[in-house]
Amino acid sequence: MKILIIEDEQNLREVISESLKKENYLVETAIDYYEASSKVSVYEYDCILLDIMLPGGSGLQVLQELKQAGKIANVIIISAKDSLDDKVLGLSLGADDYLAKPFHLAELTARVKAVIRRNTLSGKNTIELANLVLDIDERTLIVNGKNIVLNKKEFDLLNYFLLNKNRLVSKTAIAEYVWGDNIDQADNLDIVYYQIKNLRKKLQQSGAEIVIDAVYGIGYKLIEQ
Amino acid sequence: MKLLNQSIKYATLPMLLIVSIWALMFYFSIYREIKGSVDEGLDNYKRQIVYQVSFDTILLHKKNFDKGFYAIRSIDADVAMKYKDKYKDTLMLMQDADDPIPELEPARLLTTAFELNGKYYELKVINSMIEADDLIKQLFINVLWLLLLLFITLAFINNFSTKRLWKPFYTMLSKLKVYKLGNKDQPISIKTDTTEFKDLQQAVNTLLKQNNAIFEQQKQFIGNASHELQTPLAVIINKLELLAEDGNLNDGQARNVGEIIQTVNRLIRMNKSFLLLSKIENYQFSEQSQISINELIKQEIEELDDIVSIKDITITLKEDAEVVLIMNASLAQIVVSNLLRNALFHNRQGGLITIHIEENKLIICNTGKNEPLDNATIFLRFQGSTDNKENSGLGLAIVKAICDLNNHAITYNFTENLHCFQLIFKN
Repeated sequence: MKILIIEDEQNLREVISESLKKENYLVETAIDYYEASSKVSVYEYDCILLDIMLPGGSGLQVLQELKQAGKIANVIIISAKDSLDDKVLGLSLGADDYLAKPFHLAELTARVKAVIRRNTLSGKNTIELANLVLDIDERTLIVNGKNIVLNKKEFDLLNYFLLNKNRLVSKTAIAEYVWGDNIDQADNLDIVYYQIKNLRKKLQQSGAEIVIDAVYGIGYKLIEQ
Repeated sequence: MKLLNQSIKYATLPMLLIVSIWALMFYFSIYREIKGSVDEGLDNYKRQIVYQVSFDTILLHKKNFDKGFYAIRSIDADVAMKYKDKYKDTLMLMQDADDPIPELEPARLLTTAFELNGKYYELKVINSMIEADDLIKQLFINVLWLLLLLFITLAFINNFSTKRLWKPFYTMLSKLKVYKLGNKDQPISIKTDTTEFKDLQQAVNTLLKQNNAIFEQQKQFIGNASHELQTPLAVIINKLELLAEDGNLNDGQARNVGEIIQTVNRLIRMNKSFLLLSKIENYQFSEQSQISINELIKQEIEELDDIVSIKDITITLKEDAEVVLIMNASLAQIVVSNLLRNALFHNRQGGLITIHIEENKLIICNTGKNEPLDNATIFLRFQGSTDNKENSGLGLAIVKAICDLNNHAITYNFTENLHCFQLIFKN
């Protein structure tokens, strides 16, 4: 799997690149419009992370060029401009997702995996790990062939962990993913704790071969047993 | 106190003083005038009497005032030589139509001396005077009438001139009352030929222009600053996340990294709130649609159900009306969500939330601290309860900004140990 990061801010480019490499993606980068334009015209990518404000031109131009060339690439716009108009424009030009800066790496990983899976797997939208099968469309969890009932929040939580398996996911990232971005309160972190406790219990009872470990009080990590 | 009454208030004392002093002076001058006139009359009588006694010496034996208004007695020549005409105030018994018995009334007495056929006589002539107390009484009543008339006239003129002369002022005042900074309102314009009002209008418009410019600058600054902060914040949080993931940290370092992550997250939320505020204030949420507040409330309650059950909060929803608004969907959601979350997170374990939807009205009450919040600052930025460090303190400020934008009114009150937020929707 090959990913292109188009981002002019060096530090951000590096840190995204490092994070995605941990997921075993092949990562390439472009620092301005010209490099981005030439790279997308020559190579094929499974996913492109696209900043809108670039030296030399707009990320949206790159998007148009991709569309004109008829290249299927899963484009996620990453922009500091969190405005609805930009979002609508980007998506209407063929972007698959829109992620406003600043974001959590766990969120980026989840989005990248989600768009790649959505556009490459034909019809079957599931995540499989150890003896678990999580069906994203049906919103069901099957462990050892048995259906395990999860509530909405537990399902979202497990989905997020599975997309970020073996990665440390911070409590805030979890809270924002499951309870929404406008969460503004400390109480949410307690709620994360409660929901994870419940999820762990269900996983344990069903004999799932995965565990969710707490890491330093910063967050949690899902690992295969 | 109104301008009209103010001017009457200031005019009252001088008017009273001037009229009183004038009345006093008028009294004395009239009194002196009357005295002078009576004295001249007495002098005239004297001449007539002196003339008449030269023919009719019997008159010389009129020793007292019993039968007339004069009395004559003979005196020695050397005494008579020292006599001069002397006028003095005295009293005499008089009876007229309205007196049942004779009364002592003020009178003027002229004492003089004359010589007839080598003999000297003293002559006293008396004449009644005006009664001073009658004069004072009459004058007092007249002065009162004058004052009353003056006041009525003054009030009329005042009323008329205030209404007419100050009309541009009142027009300007009513325009200023509804003026909102940053609303791209036109400068205040009034029709007037009065120099002072023209000056005032110019001064006000200059002031408004400056304030609008500052307001605009400040708005832009907050917007730009928070926008520019997004990328550096992204770098910081993502680097920290990678650092935490590294696994090479000892416990103390890891704890520190964890705390920094929390702090940066708080910074990020704050910055996002600023961006949101700045977008609201810059009218970037123009798209409108039909929103049911009832539906929104129910959605949000469902969204928060796990937090509600963990905090063991009892929510009661009373719907007396269906509130349907035309407004921006995202903003409506933010208002409802922020108010509910506010009621939830500032609540106590096992507390209550009551939501009441009435005609054009939404009231959300919650238990919490048993003391009222400061009404003056509750909707200001960073004035929320400070006991919660994760709270950006901007939730209610955002609600207020959205309400202002849509002309909804939001108020807070504390009754029966409940914190209540009341939203009154426009129309």
